[in-house]
Amino acid sequence: MILLRLYWEFLLIGLFSVGGGMATVPFLFDLSARTGWFSQADLANMIAVSEATPGPIGVNMATYVGSVTAGVPGGIVAPLGLVTPAFLAILLVARVLMTVWKNPRVQGLFYALRPASVGLIAAAGFTVCAVSLFTRTGTGVDFHWSSIALFAAMLVLMNLPKLKDKVPAIAYVAIAAVCGVVFRMTD
Amino acid sequence: MATNWELFTSFARISASTFGGGYAMLPFFRQELVRKRGWLTDEELLDLNAVAQCTPGVIAVNTATFCGYRTKGLAGAVFATLGELVPPILIVLVISAFFWSFAENPWVRHALVGVRACVCALILSSAAKLFKKAVLDVPTFLVFAVVFVLAAFVGVTPALLVAGSGLFGLALYQLRKGGRT
Repeated sequence: MILLRLYWEFLLIGLFSVGGGMATVPFLFDLSARTGWFSQADLANMIAVSEATPGPIGVNMATYVGSVTAGVPGGIVAPLGLVTPAFLAILLVARVLMTVWKNPRVQGLFYALRPASVGLIAAAGFTVCAVSLFTRTGTGVDFHWSSIALFAAMLVLMNLPKLKDKVPAIAYVAIAAVCGVVFRMTD
Repeated sequence: MATNWELFTSFARISASTFGGGYAMLPFFRQELVRKRGWLTDEELLDLNAVAQCTPGVIAVNTATFCGYRTKGLAGAVFATLGELVPPILIVLVISAFFWSFAENPWVRHALVGVRACVCALILSSAAKLFKKAVLDVPTFLVFAVVFVLAAFVGVTPALLVAGSGLFGLALYQLRKGGRT
């Protein structure tokens, strides 16, 4: 019975959280308060684990909440619930879009959506940089010099004409993780 | 043409190699789907990203569903979505069962600080490459600049920005069509 409820609760979260993984966090706080399945301290731990493991954050959190609440079956049912509404919505949107994609009016729409999409990506990059490379303190700005150095080195490395688009992105991530451990980087 | 199994493994690989979700996946999507497999063009990836922003749910999963459906229909959508889901579910299940203090481990924390600096560089690099494909003239630069400022400094919801840009695009299309006749 708890599995059905888990599925349903996460289906609702998936339906109402527009804008990706972190958008689910406020809903999870609400779920914790209403059901008592997990505490708010658990939730803080879950966010940390979700960020420390590969995969979409929303899926990681749903799996973690599900497994804390109802073991391995819960850990499978909760993320499935989370993606069910989006899966159906995307099928519908994809069906419609694929039939009208070549329509000049739709092309006019995407002509403006593409730069918007790049703007959102650049804004996300900017926000991640701001969080990772600086901290705002009471008196000014604290620079994370080791992070800034690694960021700059990575940016140069991945844009070297010889390496550009030839080295898989995961290789850079692996190098950065090793640097983090070797230099005991903190923020 | 892609097989269902190729869709599954491609998305599983993307999902297993990205930390931080959402936008951190974009460089990996681009590498695997555009450059390696040729299932999408850069322009289509941007279209998908815009659509995934304003549909409910997890952006990376939405992109997987959409790409799977586009290449292989309903079965493709199912396989791509499962590919995106299976690795994180397995990893988190193992970690939550055996490594309760995983996130507090100092080694993990040092490594993640490094990874985050790298993810910054990856996102900015892909944004720069995609910029060239999407910002073609004055109106598209305006859309880019307005969306960037509103998203980065004002914190406007992405769905709203996408909807606004779409309306702008439609209005511009009508205007240009009107000008021509």
